[in-house]
Amino acid sequence: MDIFNDAMLWLTDPENWAGAGSIPVRTLEHLTFTALAVLVAAIIAVPLGYYIGHTGRGRVLAVGTAGAARALPTFGLMLYLVLIFGVSERATAATVALVLLAIPPLLAGAYAGVDQINRATIDAAKAQGMTDWQILTRVEIPLSLPLLIGGVRGATLQVVATVTLIAYVGLGGLGYDIIQGIPLRRLDQMVGAALLIIALALVIDGLLAVLTRLATPHGVSTGRGVDVRAREKRVDRSGRLSPATRVTQ
Amino acid sequence: MSWVWDNTDAIVRLTIEHVWLSTIPIVLGGLLSVPVGWLANRFRTLRGVILAVVGILYTIPSLALFVLIPPLLGLPFLSPLNVIIALVVYAVAIMSRNAADAFASIDPSALRAATAVGYGPWQRFFQVELPLAGPVLVAGLRVVAVSTVSLVTVGVLVGVQSLGYFFTDGFQRRIEAEILTGIVMTVFVAALFDAALVLAGRLGMPWARLAMARAGQEVS
Repeated sequence: MDIFNDAMLWLTDPENWAGAGSIPVRTLEHLTFTALAVLVAAIIAVPLGYYIGHTGRGRVLAVGTAGAARALPTFGLMLYLVLIFGVSERATAATVALVLLAIPPLLAGAYAGVDQINRATIDAAKAQGMTDWQILTRVEIPLSLPLLIGGVRGATLQVVATVTLIAYVGLGGLGYDIIQGIPLRRLDQMVGAALLIIALALVIDGLLAVLTRLATPHGVSTGRGVDVRAREKRVDRSGRLSPATRVTQ
Repeated sequence: MSWVWDNTDAIVRLTIEHVWLSTIPIVLGGLLSVPVGWLANRFRTLRGVILAVVGILYTIPSLALFVLIPPLLGLPFLSPLNVIIALVVYAVAIMSRNAADAFASIDPSALRAATAVGYGPWQRFFQVELPLAGPVLVAGLRVVAVSTVSLVTVGVLVGVQSLGYFFTDGFQRRIEAEILTGIVMTVFVAALFDAALVLAGRLGMPWARLAMARAGQEVS
């Protein structure tokens, strides 16, 4: 376990906590790229997901892209885009690759959030005389929030993990100490940075898990705790939650 | 295109290597997660613990896990085993939750009926529970397969040869066609695994065609 001792020494060395390329700077770079990519992806995917969920048009597109996009290796895509855009535009290229990674889970979260709402609720809103816009903003969006934030959580998780790789194109982030350490065999800094990355991913995921709970409207339990990271939803045809979430008597 | 013709040998070799590196985690992940998922579904207290643990494992970024596994398990740093073990961890993390859901989706009356006509626990598991959970399990395995094939490429950073080699090599030599070939072949391998799983599901579970189509929609 010597390596872990060395890693702790590296992590606690004051020299690694100040100046250019220090741990706080790398963390900030990591968070900036993550936030930017998720934000841009949300601006594109959330309205589109709501449109698909509200109108029911383009479902196949929403489900299909989520499946197909998973197969796309983001690391390769990022390097390809950097070559195409030119090295001076590598930050843009990397962001585009990260945005493409984040869109499918966000799209699925927004779409599934609206799609899982009981039809009777929407019919009731319509019967009260609500316009399409009112139904969207006062019924569908609030009720879809837990699943949407689940989508944000899934997207953020993947982006945080993938931002680790931007160091390969010289953009820093917490992956820098791993990628720079590999040819130098600096195991202490590699293991230390790996631990930092894991801690960051867990903290962000935990915060978003809390946010999911807070976003659940009062009196609604559907969707709470539903994890859209590995699968989007488990709702049967009639709109009720399927036995998957009810059973275990 | 000329790059592709000049390098067909390397493309074939690395594609085979890639398939090999992906197969072990997909198969092992599928096999290991069935008992885990079954236990998680059967015992409520275990469910919380198991799902929390697999949730945390799934959160760990791949490059970090590739780096941590050698010192944790005392393996040499450049061994392909590191990448395989890390990918097995992810496969189990994704599949266990899915397997728990698969077993939970079985109509309890089917299980009671099996017990009533005299099935023992093992017989009931293999002849009733597993076949009925099968379609959802296959749907989950399709997700695992596609994400595993994509993650294998990152292994090139810790020296494990796969189609990911075309990414780093193409980047350093500035050959766009090389990176593109790597991307296309990775997607092709993912599609291959996906098709194989769909086919295996159809042949192995002819009773479940409809259920499988539905589960596939929900998972993807």
